[in-house]
Amino acid sequence: MILLWMIFILMAGGILAGIVAAWSTVACRVIALVSITLDMVLITGVWMGQDVSTAPGTTWIADLNLPWIPSFGISFHLALDGLSLLMLALTFFLGIFAVLLSWKEIQYRTGFFHFNLLWVLAGIAGVFVTMDLFLLYFFWEVMLIPMYFLIGIWGHANRQYAAYKFFIFTQASGLLMLLAILGLYFVHGNQTSVYTFDYFSLLETPMSPDVARWLMLGFLAAFLVKLPVVPFHTWLPDAHSEAPTAGSFILAGLMLKTGAYGLIRFALPLFPESAVEFGPWGMLLGTVGIIYGAVQAFSQTDLKRLVAYTSVSHMGFVMLGVFAFTEMALQGVVMQMITHAISTGALFVLAGALYERIHTRDILQMGGFWKRTPFMATVSLIFVMASLGLPGLGNFIAEFLTLMGSWSASPVLTAIATAGLVAATAYSLRIMQKIFLGKDAHTHVLPDLSLREKLVLVPMAIAIIVLGLFPQRIIDTAQTTVEKSDNNHTTTPVPARGMLSVKGGNHE
Amino acid sequence: MNKTDLLSLIPLWILSSAAILNFFSISIRRNHKVIFIITLVSLLVDFIFLTSYSFHHQQAIEPLLVIDGFGVFNIGLILLTTLLVVMMSYAYFEQREERKEEYYILIILAALGSCILVISKHFASLFLGLEILSVSLYALIAYLRKRERSDEAGIKYLILAAFSSAFLLFGMALLYAATGTMSFQGLADWLASNREVSPLVWCGFGMFTVGVGFKLGVVPFHMWTPDVYEGAPAPVTAFIATVSKGGMIALLVRFFTMVQGHQLTLLVTVFTVLAVASMFVGNFLALRQSNVKRLLAYSSIAHVGYLLVAFLAGGELGTQAISFYLVAYFITTLGAFGIMATLSDKERDAEELEDYRGLLWRRPLTAIIFSAMLLSLAGIPMTAGFIGKFYVIAAGVRTSHWFLVFALAINSVIGLYYYIRIIAVMFDQGQSVRTSEALHPLVYIMSSFTMALLGLMLIWLGVHPEEMLTLIRNTL
Repeated sequence: MILLWMIFILMAGGILAGIVAAWSTVACRVIALVSITLDMVLITGVWMGQDVSTAPGTTWIADLNLPWIPSFGISFHLALDGLSLLMLALTFFLGIFAVLLSWKEIQYRTGFFHFNLLWVLAGIAGVFVTMDLFLLYFFWEVMLIPMYFLIGIWGHANRQYAAYKFFIFTQASGLLMLLAILGLYFVHGNQTSVYTFDYFSLLETPMSPDVARWLMLGFLAAFLVKLPVVPFHTWLPDAHSEAPTAGSFILAGLMLKTGAYGLIRFALPLFPESAVEFGPWGMLLGTVGIIYGAVQAFSQTDLKRLVAYTSVSHMGFVMLGVFAFTEMALQGVVMQMITHAISTGALFVLAGALYERIHTRDILQMGGFWKRTPFMATVSLIFVMASLGLPGLGNFIAEFLTLMGSWSASPVLTAIATAGLVAATAYSLRIMQKIFLGKDAHTHVLPDLSLREKLVLVPMAIAIIVLGLFPQRIIDTAQTTVEKSDNNHTTTPVPARGMLSVKGGNHE
Repeated sequence: MNKTDLLSLIPLWILSSAAILNFFSISIRRNHKVIFIITLVSLLVDFIFLTSYSFHHQQAIEPLLVIDGFGVFNIGLILLTTLLVVMMSYAYFEQREERKEEYYILIILAALGSCILVISKHFASLFLGLEILSVSLYALIAYLRKRERSDEAGIKYLILAAFSSAFLLFGMALLYAATGTMSFQGLADWLASNREVSPLVWCGFGMFTVGVGFKLGVVPFHMWTPDVYEGAPAPVTAFIATVSKGGMIALLVRFFTMVQGHQLTLLVTVFTVLAVASMFVGNFLALRQSNVKRLLAYSSIAHVGYLLVAFLAGGELGTQAISFYLVAYFITTLGAFGIMATLSDKERDAEELEDYRGLLWRRPLTAIIFSAMLLSLAGIPMTAGFIGKFYVIAAGVRTSHWFLVFALAINSVIGLYYYIRIIAVMFDQGQSVRTSEALHPLVYIMSSFTMALLGLMLIWLGVHPEEMLTLIRNTL
């Protein structure tokens, strides 16, 4: 029931915030903040109250199954396991900051903005816990429309174009997923004469390899576009750079993760054989993404576009890790989802903060800001270092685990991907150099971070350091999910339990 | 004809008497309000009778009509739709034409024609219903005779509809010549006993398809649609888009099911081509429109294409999908044109895209309902249109019509683009200068009530479609 409440709180909070804004924008912001914080408290309670790792048999912490449209076999089925728990916690953690970020930036139609913001979060949270494929599509769409408005109304100059592009890309791929879902539904129904969209019933659907291949491609279409994987990434730089700060923050931090989550939760377990078949291609796409994203990032001058391309590169690691089919790589992917959300999200916050001060995103017009904004520079340094994978910060653990895990699946691709880390160093250092180092030849009024901005960035910086130093808790929480997802792929060589998982206990 | 036959036909009697009652009422004294109330009450009484009696007494009235679940469902749908059209018409006509009373007679007669259409099982009753519907529509489309476009649209529809009726009639004659029967069942028997279908019969089916295609406005018989949609008064446009087209679809479904047209591969191929062409042409032409009425006209062409996907999928699921889709589409279309009617002023309808600029900030509730309608047309979750589209796709996937289903998916994306464009304009910050003069507040309350009702129905069906699904399953 708690799962339903979490989504309901967001949706109701959104409507309430939208209405209240007519009288007081502050009240509207406070309502938005309170509803997300409430969810954060709930999920933390669940996390603290339940030691997931110690009970290997019971993966599902919470389960809610209500009939919705029985004539189609559609139920309102939500469930929570370790992976979902992490993702939900991440969603609410970042959600709080998204409201804080918009406190000053959004002065126009505040009520509608917060309505959209909370509904995007509700859609994302829904995707992370749904165990019914119809419901998955439902939430998949619920997060789209508000996001379209966030970009299209409050975005930068070229917002209409970016919003259309985002919408059409995701919508088209989503429809392909809907076709695949329906295909699976009828394949399952024809064989068992039980027509249902329930994830657990559909898991063991026997089907011919040909059918499985096509259906999997339908699912992949949606997830790969969302992730995004080169060559389906072109919506991302536009959407990220034109969206308002909170929009880019949610896009990079959370929405891309729904693609990764979808791969782990749905595409792989539903079509285990076809996924293995696709594995090498998936890894190849991932590697191409890593290199291509890095090269593109290096050549951007628009700060937000640059960060957007680093996302493409980082999401390549997700692709690589998922299709390596090793437990360690999957752990790396889960880690990457969380750390990338925080580090890239923070970089977007910094880009937004700079834009608010000097009204440009062009890094060629910046330089030497370190002296005037030491605090901002220090915080930026942390996240830039995280982005390039410096040991001690969360991203390093993620990339290290992914690469270690992928080695056994494909040494060549892993080696190339590792080279991507070098490229990451190049583009990350370029950010620091162009903005904060060099000669300060500008006359901008450039105040350092405000208290509100510190309130956002400092917790995130702490989070990324903690994740880098003590990743064990995350790994344990995701452990059961990862094991289960991995057990489906007995055809590939599975190495002994991941190093960190075995030794990991010592860290704490 | 015995007593039970007469009782079964009461829904039609009520409509006819309502029209006559309106005649007399006008001849005594012209009063918009009285006529309006007579019309409303008779439609309501008719609907109540239908649900309480006809629904439980299903029978065939040989040789012309059959009152079965499907027929009752569609008559109910037509009656409710007409009721809503009438409700939104009052405000619209109150501020326009001097003589507005005859409008209600015509609309009742058009509804009557459509009702006959959906329960006919014989060419004679089919033609009878179709002509009652069409002749009423000629006058309805040109009702605002002082408007240039209205006349043009009326004449255009008159000529083309007469043409298509002629085609239809010729097709029926050919089929009769070849098979010696005019009833659907007779035709089915003939087809079952004759494996070889002669060219004469094909010719008859071809002509029949042309006639039906015109009424449905499928590509390549769609030319009249945008002009008529644009020229007709907004409530009449809503009526054409829903009752007229829906009645024809229902007839087509009955005809195809009874003669087992799904076994005639040539006919199926023809309809496949029509469906795909309608989807693509409708959507592509809609992309370029700046007139909302024309845009919705092209979108309706595409939507008929979507409906044909379910129609071609056939079977129980296909028919259910069509019924649900019709319900969803009716609500949506009524809502969209209803909003247009409420925004219109004395001179012209609010049909230019510019009329909607910044609507959200001027009239938030109207804009939100209109957005919901457009999102439903686009098939976005939480609206009735989504469940409808889902149902249609399910029917297509079920019978492995992958080609059609893919075409539908592609077209949904194209469609999305122009629906979203209208929404984007409404959410734009620019201010439009148009303001309409004030009417009696009651008029606004009624229109707002109708729109709010439609909006709620749209969301309700999108979030909780179970009851409607069960109803459709039980009636069919």
